[in-house]
Amino acid sequence: MTPIEWLLEPLQYAFMARALVVTLVAAVTCAILSCWLVQIGWSLMGDAVSHAVLPGVALSYILGLPFAVGAFVFGAGAVALIGGVRATTKIKSDAAIGVVFTALFAMGLVLISITPSQTDLSHILFGNVLGVSDAEIAQVVVIGAVASAVLLLKRRDLTLFAFDRSHANAIGINTRWLSVLLLGLLALTVVVALQAVGIILVVAMLITPGATAYLLTKRFDRMIALAVLVTAVASLGGAYASFYLDVSTGGAVVLAQSAAFTLAYLFGLRGGVVTARVRVARARRLEAAS
Amino acid sequence: MTDAIVSLQGVSVRYGAVQALTDVSLELPAGRIVGLLGVNGSGKSSLFGAVMGTVPIESGRIRLFGGEPAAARKRNLVSYVPQSEAVDWDFPLSVWDVVMMGRYGRMGPTRRPRAEDREATERALQRVGLLDLASRQIGELSGGQRKRVFVARGVAQEASLLLLDEPFAGVDKGSERTIIELLHGLRDEGKAILVSTHDLAGVPELCDEVVLLQRRVLFQGSPADALAPETLALAFGGGVAVTG
Repeated sequence: MTPIEWLLEPLQYAFMARALVVTLVAAVTCAILSCWLVQIGWSLMGDAVSHAVLPGVALSYILGLPFAVGAFVFGAGAVALIGGVRATTKIKSDAAIGVVFTALFAMGLVLISITPSQTDLSHILFGNVLGVSDAEIAQVVVIGAVASAVLLLKRRDLTLFAFDRSHANAIGINTRWLSVLLLGLLALTVVVALQAVGIILVVAMLITPGATAYLLTKRFDRMIALAVLVTAVASLGGAYASFYLDVSTGGAVVLAQSAAFTLAYLFGLRGGVVTARVRVARARRLEAAS
Repeated sequence: MTDAIVSLQGVSVRYGAVQALTDVSLELPAGRIVGLLGVNGSGKSSLFGAVMGTVPIESGRIRLFGGEPAAARKRNLVSYVPQSEAVDWDFPLSVWDVVMMGRYGRMGPTRRPRAEDREATERALQRVGLLDLASRQIGELSGGQRKRVFVARGVAQEASLLLLDEPFAGVDKGSERTIIELLHGLRDEGKAILVSTHDLAGVPELCDEVVLLQRRVLFQGSPADALAPETLALAFGGGVAVTG
């Protein structure tokens, strides 16, 4: 089989072509967002929002609404609840996040257990990218495109927000609005990503790309570009691998992203463990030779 | 009304049971460097926060440039140089990127730099002597250079009021000199500069005026008078002497 055939073969199956579209859109949107999440330290927030959408997805099925509506309402609701608990008690941030998202996730499990059988819990939890409908693809593409566009247009403000809120405030930028914007986009992005890899693994898509790119560059704009590029290649690679090896697509996509992170960890320009050792060894040799 | 740049009248700040500031009244004129001295916990950060609008005030009134503080911030008049500990030095940003952030308030909603923004950034970097380090990641700078990046951001912003939080912490003597000269230059252009510090060295040389703070204003006057042992004892307790 030539490489071209290897690439084209899965596309002959409509379900696989759709899966690749959903995976790519989700991976790119998540990659862009992840750059800010890892820099601000909101990774746990990504985990929380992704789990908290479960009751929203269940209710959407029960009420016959598009899944994105329920998921967004509960994702945004979780953010508001976490903020509310933090603002009105002295409970530490991670505890507030933990209490809220596990409560909502549990509510989702209960709702699904009383729902007639057409909702399959494992599909929501672990993803069912091979079974997405046309309506779901439309939702994913539209939401992903809107979220990505807003993130890129406001990227300089978001980076300032992540880096130095006091300066943003000093020049009259509304930092509260920026945090609401970013959390709202997080909720939207989770809606997209759970179609690709399921609720459990969404958090990987929201953290790993940014963490990988951070190891590769010292400039934020390049970090975004690298996150998108590396994640797109890794995710498509993972999806193809899942086709040929007949393994879980969501699992393979996340594994491929983790592999990219591992390579960046070992050989990255910034903190590469191997790169740094090679550099030290070379410097020693030069020293010894002189 | 006077033409004070910063004016606080009877400002009090409270966090729960802690009274951080009590009845603080202050006026900062243009073209002066005022040192805000006090031990840790004396309310320096609360006072900065109140001026910057990040800490709510319980009572009193704050005016910047004779008007509402929020309006002054929107007009790009206020610049804040944060404490070194408050900055993530591993953030993937270059010196140029950070100084350019000083221009954001003058740009459109997507903050796309125009030629004048690039020129202002370049001039600001030139002025603080960091132009040749513009492409460095900010963590790759020395303590003094790091401070100068943030002062340059205020210069690029063309702010008229600069607030500096502990500018000499972790800064070597040579850099301290450079920063003092830089701030003197800005003062001579008519900027109002408020510097908070718990480190007394450098104060007589830098400041035109000193405010001693211990949750309220203990003293306001010349650096020489402020650093007289009996005055200092009010704010710092006994046994404090100026060194260096």
